[in-house]
Amino acid sequence: MNLLERIGRVFIRLFEETGLWFRMLLRTIVWTFRPPFEGLEWLRQMVRVGVDSIPVVFLTTMFTGMVMALQTYNGFHRVHAENFVGSVVALAMLRELSPVLVALMVTGRVGSSMAAEIGTMRVTEQLDALQSLATDPVQYLFVPRVIAGIVMLPLLTILGDALGVGGGYLVGVKLMGANPVVYQQNTYQFLHMNDIWSGLIKSAFFGLILTLTGCVRGYYTSGGAEGVGRATTAAVVSASLIILLTDFFLTKMLF
Amino acid sequence: MATTDTPMISLQHVDKTLGGRKVLDDMSIDVGRGEALVIVGGSGVGKSVTLKHIIGLMKPDRGRIVIDGQDIGAMKPVDLNRFRRKFGMSFQEGALFDSMSVFENIAFPLRRHTKFTQQQIRERVDECLELVHLPGVSSKRPSELSGGMRRRVGFARAISLKPEILLFDEPTTGLDPVISDVIAELIVEMDRTLNTTTVTITHDMKVAFKIADRIAMLYKGRIVEEGTPDTFQQSQNPIVRQFIEGRAEGPLTE
Repeated sequence: MNLLERIGRVFIRLFEETGLWFRMLLRTIVWTFRPPFEGLEWLRQMVRVGVDSIPVVFLTTMFTGMVMALQTYNGFHRVHAENFVGSVVALAMLRELSPVLVALMVTGRVGSSMAAEIGTMRVTEQLDALQSLATDPVQYLFVPRVIAGIVMLPLLTILGDALGVGGGYLVGVKLMGANPVVYQQNTYQFLHMNDIWSGLIKSAFFGLILTLTGCVRGYYTSGGAEGVGRATTAAVVSASLIILLTDFFLTKMLF
Repeated sequence: MATTDTPMISLQHVDKTLGGRKVLDDMSIDVGRGEALVIVGGSGVGKSVTLKHIIGLMKPDRGRIVIDGQDIGAMKPVDLNRFRRKFGMSFQEGALFDSMSVFENIAFPLRRHTKFTQQQIRERVDECLELVHLPGVSSKRPSELSGGMRRRVGFARAISLKPEILLFDEPTTGLDPVISDVIAELIVEMDRTLNTTTVTITHDMKVAFKIADRIAMLYKGRIVEEGTPDTFQQSQNPIVRQFIEGRAEGPLTE
């Protein structure tokens, strides 16, 4: 097999996967508005995606805020711009770091487990059993998970925003000895509502991407336990990549 | 069990290729109302694929599948989904939802497709467990059950919506001979009390002779022989003979 053929094959697969992803997205949207609605299942998934992810989000965003403050303080100190540390940390967290880091962490935690769960259901014929009981797997499994992702990711991001800014404040004021009042003022001074919104809108998209990718990968699992493993890895890798790519384009569009 | 004029299930010239291999090749068979058909055949001759076509989990590349007068290939996914309430299917390993208890497994279709109250659901679940001779396990998890019990809970779940058609995918594979016979008896009994049309696929001839009104042999993607258990037993077709007698030499292994 020559090189061109291989490259061609990679692209064909890429197009196939993209098409499949959007087809499943469409099916998910259609089934979202059809009864019966799985109220309880929606709540259960929201707990799983949102509440259970709080510890991870807590540590990630708080320490990122802290290290941001530390780094910028060291850098800005050289040009005597220490006053702006608060602004930089807040802007970076709200607009970029909190949405993306939260999404990546939740992908590793939840996207992977969704792929493994649905993949196992596939190889043990539980998905076929669902269908034989006149229940569409997309409706019963995809919809509650994707809804949970879209709702919970922005909420987690708000938490991450607060913790990141708080962590920055701790380091800036308590460790580096900045004036608390000045630090706070500078944190808010250059912020617009838009900065918060753009981060939250992005995180809603990320929530959709990571849950749907996990579900789709699980749904198309084949080949026993090994297949489930492959699906899980693929879910995390492709969801992370898609999140980072869309992040750029969404940021460009929202601004 | 009498067979009336229009068949309940009709597969007409069905072709299916999976992974470059032709699994079903111009396969045709009819199943009458109330009839118990058993499809036998070796591993990998397309038995499971046939069942999955009947319930619409797979679509044929060519040919039609008509259930109760309706071509399910022409149905929209939503309609097909609703149409599946006619069916109850039992899977090889039971395919119970392992995140739920036995009770929740059987209650699952009732919760989704009926307006039953909690009380009615509980009664129906108990009734179904009674029918498969497995009372008192409703609070157990699927992982706590033996293979035979899992199979029977699978039956209970399949019959909870009172389907007209019951499909059994290898109901006795991996069970010891005694439990296999218990399961076979149970299928006969359920078929009688519920008055359903059943299609069972198996490679266990003992089970087949026990539960069948009619036996069909699937070989290389098509039906090579069919008849009542008696005529099937006396068939001179070398493929059938080799399979019934379980010999290593013959056309099947060439």
